[in-house]
Amino acid sequence: MSMRTPLARVRGHGSAKSGAHHWWAQRLSAIALVPLVLWFMASLLPIASADHATAVSWLSSPWNSALLILLIGAIFYHAQLGMQVVFEDYISTHWLQVTSIIVVRFLAFLLAAVSIIAVLRVLRTAWGS
Amino acid sequence: MGNIDRPLSPHLQIYKPQLTAALSIFHRASGVFLVIGTLLLVYWLSALAQGPDSYAQAQALFGSTLGRLILVPWVFALFYHLCNGIRHLFWDMGVGFEITSVYASGRLVVVAAIALTLIAFGMAYAMQGGVQ
Repeated sequence: MSMRTPLARVRGHGSAKSGAHHWWAQRLSAIALVPLVLWFMASLLPIASADHATAVSWLSSPWNSALLILLIGAIFYHAQLGMQVVFEDYISTHWLQVTSIIVVRFLAFLLAAVSIIAVLRVLRTAWGS
Repeated sequence: MGNIDRPLSPHLQIYKPQLTAALSIFHRASGVFLVIGTLLLVYWLSALAQGPDSYAQAQALFGSTLGRLILVPWVFALFYHLCNGIRHLFWDMGVGFEITSVYASGRLVVVAAIALTLIAFGMAYAMQGGVQ
């Protein structure tokens, strides 16, 4: 039996020390991804086999570029949160678990940055021409 | 770790396979698969940023047999994870926990994911014909 009062436990945010933050962040990014993914798939279909100029003109509209950048952010945020749970569940060696979580988090930031910069480069091409 | 003779449940080799358990593990598996598949998105965007030549190369790769073998399961995993994720969000709101609802929503998710994948590739092919 724990000698701690319920208030003390709540103040410490439970065993994970973060309360429901991870759970909430995963749900919030999931809710954001529902319309974003449906929009992305629906708008990608007509230009799936089109040439470079068509794809650039699609991406260079303010709405499409904004939504695409938000999609990239939400995807890599959600991906990293999900992978963290998988590592926590299946890797019992503590240092390896923590290392895996850190590596995937850094990779998620890297890939998100590369993707967003690619979008910005396309925008520059579209505005320059 | 104490008494290793204690019963372990569920023992996967003798436990009766159930739709609910299969859909649950496939949600996680599809999630991991999608994370690896984000490299396709990064590659596609990079090729688009690099210019017409790189983009044509990427389009040729996605259109090849190998490309299709990666793209079709990836799109299916995406739609499955999306539909089953919505199922999870309903559970988070406390809706649909009755055993009949759990099975009904599970079947609906599988049908919806297959249908959305077929519609996506069907429309992509139809529009490809229109462009050419």
